Amino acid sequence: MKIVMMIVKIMGIIVLSPLIGGLLSGIDRKISAHFQGRSGPPILQPFYDVLKLIQKENIEVNRFHRFYIYISLIFTIFTTTIVLMGGDILLAMFGLTVAGIFFVLGGYAANSAYSFLGAERELLQMMAYEPMVLIAGAGFYYVSGSFFTSEIARVSIPSIVYLPGVFVGMVFILTFKLRKSPFDLSMSHHGGHQEIVSGISTEYSGRELAVIEIAHWYETIFALSLVYLFFATKAPISILFAVIACVVVYFFEIVIDNSFARVKWQMALKTSWIVTSVLATANLVVLSFFR
Amino acid sequence: MNYNTKSPWIIHYDGTSCNGCDIEVLACLTPLYDVERFGVVNTGNPKHADILLITGSINEQSISVVKQLYDTMANPKVVVAVGICAATGGIFADCYNVLGGVDKVLPVDVYVPGCAARPEAIIDGVVQAIGILNTRQNELNQEKKEEKKEEKKVRKNKTME
Repeated sequence: MKIVMMIVKIMGIIVLSPLIGGLLSGIDRKISAHFQGRSGPPILQPFYDVLKLIQKENIEVNRFHRFYIYISLIFTIFTTTIVLMGGDILLAMFGLTVAGIFFVLGGYAANSAYSFLGAERELLQMMAYEPMVLIAGAGFYYVSGSFFTSEIARVSIPSIVYLPGVFVGMVFILTFKLRKSPFDLSMSHHGGHQEIVSGISTEYSGRELAVIEIAHWYETIFALSLVYLFFATKAPISILFAVIACVVVYFFEIVIDNSFARVKWQMALKTSWIVTSVLATANLVVLSFFR
Repeated sequence: MNYNTKSPWIIHYDGTSCNGCDIEVLACLTPLYDVERFGVVNTGNPKHADILLITGSINEQSISVVKQLYDTMANPKVVVAVGICAATGGIFADCYNVLGGVDKVLPVDVYVPGCAARPEAIIDGVVQAIGILNTRQNELNQEKKEEKKEEKKVRKNKTME
């Protein structure tokens, strides 16, 4: 019975996360449009886009170019499932890194100047946000004594009380993960920002572009589940607070996206490392004194 | 009905125009007209686009560019010529380097009149292009179905042998 329940749960996560992620993306576009004084597309627009892309003709650059994107999607789904099932957060983070690396390889495989540039920038972005993600994992371990998200979400005092610095750093690097300005260097994921054509996704069309979009929805859910972990406790009421926190953080990211121009990669790397080393590390050091 | 009627992505190319139509095309994206209501996105990448909007006439220099843009777009695709220059060459028709309208190089589906074409007219042109896109998608789906049927037939014959 337990195994059946687990399979049902996993299937639920795999099906529901992209639906919620897509809906969030639609709401994002609507809110962004309202910021600019427009009425914006319908909330289901991201789904229309993906369904259209699946119908379209598939232009094949070369065989491996497509292969990498599917592998990347599989690892992103793996990561999201691990986190939501209460699995090891370190495993999830490494899974996400693997997904990112395959995505970058896809960019290199296209033999196109734009997607090459996008791949280089994606690597730089990973370099910028990866330390912070790992420190967050270490911080959670400090607070709850476990790397399993099921244990982290069952502490008696919410982790944010101990990890305010790590939380601020986390929100900072979520801008990379959610592909928002000022840190959307590698591809112009959201409509309207298109300085380097569209980075890694330049050479993808049809179904593969849809897969990139769907993988991004999973990633959004993963990113928000990390925010969730900062607020979740034993008490059931904390679920409400945690979900509200996720919504607030997502809205905050939309505001940031609409109010900042894209920065140069030097700036992105410097600021994220400064935030990581000052806020997050100091937070961990202080925590280690009091424990 | 196909989903490309709900999310027509556009790539915009400017030939030899005076930039008048160009600005009007971009005006469609502004809060006043807001074509994103209909799911229209200005992609800037032919591989992602469904509709090729061309403003201005075609000159000797831009032939290869326009052809390449059209060839890299994934099927189904539609070409919209915006403004009188894109239709016939307009005021630039007699210039030594101007070839004429876009239809000298590409199969144009919709002509949007005007100098400069008004945003309302451009949106109307795009809406008509969406209709054509829909019929092309149906044709493509039909072709795919027939291909699959034939494949099945070939496989059956092989197993019978």
